[in-house]
Amino acid sequence: MSERLLAVRDLNVRYGKVEAIYQASISVDKGTIVSVIGPNGAGKTTLLNAIMGVLPSKGGIEFCGTDIGRLTTEQRVTKGMCLVPESRELFAQMSVSDNLELGAFTRYRRRDKGIKRSLDEVYELFPRLLERRTQLAGSLSGGERQMLALGRALMSKPTLLMLDEPSLGLAPLIVKEILQNISNLRSTGVSILLIEQNARAALQISDYGYVLENGDIAMEGASKDLANDPKVIESYLGMGGAGQEKERQ
Amino acid sequence: MDSSIFLLLAQDALTNGAIYILLAMATILIFGVTRITFLPQGEFVSYGALTLATLQMGKVPGTVWLVLVLGVVAAIMEAFRLQRAGLSREIPVAVVKTLIPPLVVSGIGYVCAPLNLNLGLQVLLTIMIVTMLGPLVYRVAFRPIADASILNLLIAAVAVHFALVGLGLLFFGAEGVRTPAFSEAQINLGVLTITGQSIWIYVTSIAFIGLLAYFFGRTMYGKALRAVAFNRNGARLVGISPSLAGTLAFALAALIGCLSGILIGPITTIYYDSGFLIGLKGFVSAIVGGMASYPLAAGGALLVGFSESFSSFWLSAYKDVVVFTMIIPVLLWLSLRSVHFEEEE
Ligand SMILES: Nc1ncnc2c1ncn2[C@@H]1O[C@H](COP(=O)(O)OP(=O)(O)OP(=O)(O)O)[C@@H](O)[C@H]1O
Ligand SMILES: [Mg+2]
Repeated sequence: MSERLLAVRDLNVRYGKVEAIYQASISVDKGTIVSVIGPNGAGKTTLLNAIMGVLPSKGGIEFCGTDIGRLTTEQRVTKGMCLVPESRELFAQMSVSDNLELGAFTRYRRRDKGIKRSLDEVYELFPRLLERRTQLAGSLSGGERQMLALGRALMSKPTLLMLDEPSLGLAPLIVKEILQNISNLRSTGVSILLIEQNARAALQISDYGYVLENGDIAMEGASKDLANDPKVIESYLGMGGAGQEKERQ
Repeated sequence: MDSSIFLLLAQDALTNGAIYILLAMATILIFGVTRITFLPQGEFVSYGALTLATLQMGKVPGTVWLVLVLGVVAAIMEAFRLQRAGLSREIPVAVVKTLIPPLVVSGIGYVCAPLNLNLGLQVLLTIMIVTMLGPLVYRVAFRPIADASILNLLIAAVAVHFALVGLGLLFFGAEGVRTPAFSEAQINLGVLTITGQSIWIYVTSIAFIGLLAYFFGRTMYGKALRAVAFNRNGARLVGISPSLAGTLAFALAALIGCLSGILIGPITTIYYDSGFLIGLKGFVSAIVGGMASYPLAAGGALLVGFSESFSSFWLSAYKDVVVFTMIIPVLLWLSLRSVHFEEEE
């Protein structure tokens, strides 16, 4: 029986009058990868932003057994949560290495001694970032930006890493590489909550999955089971997905 | 105009320009980090000079009491904020944390003021008192409305300006002061006489600009402040809280203002309301830098310094008019280049 890291209960998020998330409950266990799939506009990004405290929400959010619903985003980062948002939010006018260093801001405040080592680890994971460490983040290619966003998040040594479409706009080969990196992270003890348009790939690397439709959790289950569910296959893994898979090989 | 007058005016321009560079940096820093158009920057200048002058007389400057009162108000506000957020348990710790720095600073100020310390220690004391005012002003006047629009923040800044000028009159009276020069030395270079004080100004401002460059370029907190200015959301996601950044920016701005006041105190008579015009010239320089670029603003500051000093020779009654009219072509140019300070979200 694994330990619960994140437990979201009956979460409601609204934009003005529009209800974007309605009574959603999800949980992430320690050391697992959980994916959330769903069509455009289902509320996946909204869900992550609410969990991170970027958007106000109603309902219960528990992290490591304590209620964090009242904490600010910054306090949640200090507790070990980290979000790589859909828009990445890099510091475009600052260098790659400055971006990475700033990822460890809360650790620096705690006088954590291991920041230098983490930096080396990130460079080892993404050698391209090492080559471009003095370049401005804004001048990186799309793929390099994704690596930097992921690297910056890893610099905070999160216990829960939330990724909003880490493969957005990337060439299939790089998607594979990034997803491989993500699934490798599990062995370092990081738990991951993953949102991915590429549902097939997401279910392949995750342990558990949720299907979000119109702000509602429509289905959930072990990723293996979801991947074999006829309804999921029809809506999310249909011919388009299979075609993509072939193209890649 | 002969060459000796030219050199004299140029020297004047450089001394003032150096001060405007410092003030422009403070203005840009605060605008970038908090989106506040901080017009009262100059009040820190006059408070700096006047606090030092009061210490010279062996009296307790009113700024000491202001630190104390603002500290208490800040603590009360903090308690209310936590209460409303349903975090009553955190109130005692937060109140103590908010109160300690202003209590310590005003305590030291109160005890040390009558001791007739030497000039160096009095300068340090002044810097400590006025720098403390920065974070307190931020906590009391701006933090509660941190998410307001740029315009509303500007309106609050104008209110703070009037409050600080009024308090300045109350604390220091309407008399102008001159503080003693750090150095009476004079260097004669042919027709030109360079005073020790202007050398102090050059050296201190260059050293301080160097320190700031190091702070922003090399230290974690400096980079964090830049990160907030570039991308507020990104900064929050790496755990940099806007209120921490705002507090830090205001402390730096108050320090810069106070230092400028102490530097020009010996060469200009400072009244309780002198800071406004000086700060406004720093502000004009910051606008030349598009409220974002430190190097452009430094160029702007020198431009302001030169146009001020040369127009005081030809059109002395209009020297301020000339400086402030400079904003118009600059704004035109900026808007043609379509650099906009867009509201976020
Ligand atoms: N700032 C906003 N104001 C109003 N409505 C919003 C806002 N942001 C998102 N929405 C709405 O909320 C719903 C959920 O949006 P969200 O971005 O969470 O979807 P998503 O599942 O991430 O979609 P995608 O797969 O396209 O990224 C959408 O209908 C969207 O139009
Ligand atoms: Mg999305």
